[in-house]
Amino acid sequence: MTATTEVAVKPRTVVLAAAFAVAAVVLALVSLSLGTTKLPLDEVLRALFGGGDSGTRLIVIELRMPRVATGLLVGIAFAVSGALLQTLSRNPLASPDIIGVNSGASAAAVGVIVLAGTGGGNISGAAERIGLPLAAVLGGLLATLIVGLLSIQRGVVDASKVVLIGVGVAAAANSLVAWLLVIGDVTDAGRAAAWLAGSLNARTWSDAVPVGLAVTVLLPVAMMFGRELEALVLGDDVASSLGVRVSRVRLALLVVATVLAAMATAGAGPITFVALVAPQVAQRLARTDRPPLLTTAMLGALFVTLADLIARNGLQVLQVGPYELPVGVVTAAAGAPYLLHLIGRQQKGR
Amino acid sequence: MDVENLTLGYGPDEPVVSELSLAVPSGQLTAIVGPNGSGKSTLLRGMSRLLAPRSGRVLLDGKDIHQLPARELARQLGLLPQGPVTPEGITVAELVSRGRHPHRGLFARLTSDDHQAIDDALAAVELVELRDRPAEQLSGGQRQRVWIAMVLAQGTQYLLLDEPTTYLDLAHAVDVMNVVHAAAHTTGRTVVTVLHDLTLAAQYADHLVVMGAGRIAAEGPPAEVLTEELLAEVFGLRAKVVEVGGAPVVVPDRTLVP
Repeated sequence: MTATTEVAVKPRTVVLAAAFAVAAVVLALVSLSLGTTKLPLDEVLRALFGGGDSGTRLIVIELRMPRVATGLLVGIAFAVSGALLQTLSRNPLASPDIIGVNSGASAAAVGVIVLAGTGGGNISGAAERIGLPLAAVLGGLLATLIVGLLSIQRGVVDASKVVLIGVGVAAAANSLVAWLLVIGDVTDAGRAAAWLAGSLNARTWSDAVPVGLAVTVLLPVAMMFGRELEALVLGDDVASSLGVRVSRVRLALLVVATVLAAMATAGAGPITFVALVAPQVAQRLARTDRPPLLTTAMLGALFVTLADLIARNGLQVLQVGPYELPVGVVTAAAGAPYLLHLIGRQQKGR
Repeated sequence: MDVENLTLGYGPDEPVVSELSLAVPSGQLTAIVGPNGSGKSTLLRGMSRLLAPRSGRVLLDGKDIHQLPARELARQLGLLPQGPVTPEGITVAELVSRGRHPHRGLFARLTSDDHQAIDDALAAVELVELRDRPAEQLSGGQRQRVWIAMVLAQGTQYLLLDEPTTYLDLAHAVDVMNVVHAAAHTTGRTVVTVLHDLTLAAQYADHLVVMGAGRIAAEGPPAEVLTEELLAEVFGLRAKVVEVGGAPVVVPDRTLVP
């Protein structure tokens, strides 16, 4: 059989996914070992598998692991969300951070932080644990719905309009955030502002678990639509004549992408550029016609973990000071030049 | 394939195609021609499921296409829209393999039937040697043949093509039309294609349908249908019709313009 190139999953994408996964785990272990108390890697490993002394276990599992796990999980969630939106709109610029999903989720979440805030800087436990992710998902879905409705042309969503309208919706949601910060109590507003930069600082298991659930359920769902995505890349008309129920599949995947981005936003704030960059880099490296989902997911986990490692330790290494940067600052610093590069490519008409 | 009293339109606008009926001859090549805006592409969309009819129906072996499950229909009826966009990073064989979508399970690998259909389709468009090349590197004419191979690999009895020769120079257009003609006459498919080039349509079609303002102005064998009177009436074109190889050829004649 000469035919080797048309198998559904290319070996190259699997190898890349495995390599990114290994790199992400290694960086996660390094991240677990670094901090005020530096721990050797073998002690970290022992603590992870239930050994070591209780002090080490407390540091590794209770204090550092939630942050590292949240980073890995939001990386996966943002990256997969971006891969889905880019494939659905056939536009590399369509990602939840550009088209307003993250902004919608942020506005709703900041609404919860500010409006439900007691002025003491802490909203009540239940409101935060359930209210924040829930509000973020609703805010994200509302933003997606508005973008979708405004992009409808002749009864179908016009993919070419999605990005421009999304940028507008993002701007509106961001101004809502600005207004909430102004009217909010100063402590709440400060807390919200720190969260808005996209930070993994002081994450707890209650941040990691909801994103973890979303990823566990929705990544397999997205992957089950692989065959349909493969057809959608060829255009809606072709996909439809190949027997794909385009509107239904599109709606289902839009909801999946939105919930993933919104849950990630609820977990760690609207970390930018992961959803934009990870799918594109994964696609280039895998040489596929759309971002390969699993490879993109693993690259997203790697990207956020690496960015957080730099955010936490970069300034100390440079001896600028003892400060920690929000992880979103690092992803933006790496991602913004890539965005400019993409726009340049698009304008050249490829 | 039978079209019965089909009325098609977009949104609240006036219908683009009104009360149109057409019996498509089986195992033959039918070409639909007509001036811009006469509704020929819209008719093709209505004959697949890309556009739901306002009234009327399209029957495939006696069954309304809107009553069939999407996958079932996709195993019987293939459609190539006008100017499909070739994604970056896809090889020729991969693109052709996408035509097997309606025959495949959720995670199933390509079966030997699938491979056979892909190989046959590549052979039919004479692109076997280029199968592992990135599709975006091909010339416009070759790329169009890849897309036709994709719908051929779908293995449907019925094939709808929307202006498959647009933007191609005459030599490449002829290559494409040879493939389309063979799809009907070598493998016995029923092929309907919208064309804008009247001479090309007349040379290749067994059955020619001329549309004007959303209705059928004339249909039948090209030699009978394509007359100077019809060109003047439907296209507003003053031209000579001469005969080459038994088929009419349209030659614009500027001395006829007042």
